[in-house]
Amino acid sequence: MKNLLNLDWGLEATLERVTDSDLRRVGRKMFAGERLDRSDGLVCLETDDVPGLGSLALAAKRARYGDRVFYVVNHHLNYTNTCVNACRFCAFHRPPGAADAYVLSPNEAANRIASSGVADLKEIHLVGGVNPALNFEYYLDLLRALKAVSPDITIKAFTAVEIHQIAIQAKLPAPECLAALNEAGLSAMTGGGAEVFSERVRQELFPNKIGADDWLAIHGTAHRLGIGSNATLLFGHIETRSERMDHLLRLRDQQDETGGFRAFIPLVFHAPNTGLSHIPRVGGVEILKTVATARLVLDNFPHIKAYWIMLGLKLAQTALHFGADDLEGTIVQEKITHEAGATTAAGLSRQDLEDLIRSAGFVPTERNTFHQAVEAA
Amino acid sequence: MNLADAISAAERGERLPFRAAELLYRDADLLVLGQLAHAARFRHNPARMVTYAVDRNINYTNVCTSGCRFCAFWRPKRHSEAYVLDDEAMAAKLEETRRLGGTQVLFQGGLNPDLDLEWHEARIRLIRSFGLHLHGYSPPEIIFMARSFGLTIDEVLERLIRAGLGSIPGGGAEILVDRVRRQIAPGKATSAEWLEVMASAHRRGIRTTATMMFGHVETLEDRLIHLFRLRSLQDRTAGFTAFIPWPYQPGRDTIKARERGGTEYLRMLAVSRLTLDNFPHVQASWVTQGPDVGQVALFFGADDMGSTMIEENVVAAAGVSHRLNQAEMARLITEAGFQPRQRDTLYRLVEAN
Repeated sequence: MKNLLNLDWGLEATLERVTDSDLRRVGRKMFAGERLDRSDGLVCLETDDVPGLGSLALAAKRARYGDRVFYVVNHHLNYTNTCVNACRFCAFHRPPGAADAYVLSPNEAANRIASSGVADLKEIHLVGGVNPALNFEYYLDLLRALKAVSPDITIKAFTAVEIHQIAIQAKLPAPECLAALNEAGLSAMTGGGAEVFSERVRQELFPNKIGADDWLAIHGTAHRLGIGSNATLLFGHIETRSERMDHLLRLRDQQDETGGFRAFIPLVFHAPNTGLSHIPRVGGVEILKTVATARLVLDNFPHIKAYWIMLGLKLAQTALHFGADDLEGTIVQEKITHEAGATTAAGLSRQDLEDLIRSAGFVPTERNTFHQAVEAA
Repeated sequence: MNLADAISAAERGERLPFRAAELLYRDADLLVLGQLAHAARFRHNPARMVTYAVDRNINYTNVCTSGCRFCAFWRPKRHSEAYVLDDEAMAAKLEETRRLGGTQVLFQGGLNPDLDLEWHEARIRLIRSFGLHLHGYSPPEIIFMARSFGLTIDEVLERLIRAGLGSIPGGGAEILVDRVRRQIAPGKATSAEWLEVMASAHRRGIRTTATMMFGHVETLEDRLIHLFRLRSLQDRTAGFTAFIPWPYQPGRDTIKARERGGTEYLRMLAVSRLTLDNFPHVQASWVTQGPDVGQVALFFGADDMGSTMIEENVVAAAGVSHRLNQAEMARLITEAGFQPRQRDTLYRLVEAN
């Protein structure tokens, strides 16, 4: 990272306005182009100077993109809600054989997209449960059918957790499995299923799901094949700030090694209808601190998303001042967070997203999956 | 004056001229406004403490002749959903309020010509008989009574205060610019009348709050005129306890307006804290913004979370419904790094029971 303090960007004034002296030291280090360490990250998460933290993250964001904020015209699609993992924080999954369990056939999935009426759709975000009833051919057919809807639509599909399952079904090593999926139409991988990289939390909340090592290895494999991916953190349940920090550092290490992560997406835990419904929702301040800390610590991640479905529109907009540079997208039909009581809309129009970005004081930039700006249609 | 001058003036805690407030709102970075307003908040209230009241809104009637174009709550007299609360229903609400540790009732209603002054006096005494503080009757209601009963503002206040009215809520201020009021609330008190009610109340030792509903047809200049009118009245009377700004919540059948985002709210809140240098407190509006942004507002100039509102009907009628009980309120405040303390209407701390 370059030393930004030599540039005349008013960074000295930004530092002077930071009231927490520890945080000011972290800011100076960051602007000087030094990498933040674990204790610096904890200073960020623990500071009382919330606007000060935001101003540092915003400066880091502006150094990359100026006042641009990205969004994508996309469609979320969940091909199955059947899942054997039964994670305690999830309200979306149904056990095999449940009355409301479903699987979309490749044709049904393609029809959903074809009949969605979204103009100039750029991306399908495709994720589902770990469903052992689905064989390898199903996944390949699903991708081919979606790809056939339009060659202009990029398919960003599957979490590392699903890739792990698909590879088992395919009886293939992960690299071969990913290469076959890539061939069938998968162009990027989603960032879900990371949860928190803490074995303590995993044992308590998602013991049946792959852990940090497997999750990171699959993303590393994808990156080596030239398949880019995202990364997430599910926070606001039983994890500690220190565990959140460890998570960020492991992502940063992986990114140093394989470099294929495009965006980091902090996911806010929604309790209703999950096995953890007694946990109160983490507040807006902690959410903004986590977004800002991610921007500062993940110096090798190009993008930080404010996922409006989980943050709510007002807070997502505020997060754009705390280091986030991407509002995710139109989404159209969100199910996973809505099963857990989300009160946001299931989708937004391109106009809605642009208005949100503009009224927050930024310049909306439509992008594709690869964060290339899309020419106005 | 340029933006840098305006920021320096705010940093030094100087009284802001109109131009400075305008520059800050229009051109300052949101987080710079946050930093300035947060510092101003600590100048007014140095304790790392955030207060809140436990209360309930009681809307005694939804019948209203005002016909404000931003309101989703009112009904015409013969409408099937028109109501006037009877004593029994009120007593049940009052009992519940007391049981939940409430100290006050926010008592407001539509401009209903069927209710006479004696009716109001009897309701005030009923509320007081439960040992609750009565924070009630916004200026438009008082003006309406004065007009309907052929009394002066002072005479109406005198009667209500004698019956037990303890303080007056700052509602119905909307935007204190008559051109705007004619567009959105033609049947309601003028800005001079609104200010006159508050001035009279303050002279009688009755404390009041002040509000601002923005984000409809007004301009930035109108919003700032609103703030400056409040500031100059407060210079004379010092009777306002707190200022509460919130964005208009467009309902299904009310005037169309772009829904205001969280950042516009936080900007307005911060500029209010900086401009109203003689107001002791500024409240966060979690009722319109939700608990997340309500909590974030504590870093943009607010030092008070308003109240738990065991019952809220007016914003809910526009389709916005957020709920917080006392424990959730305390948790939000604690999580943001402040000590939560229950207060009464006059901002005196209530001892934990």
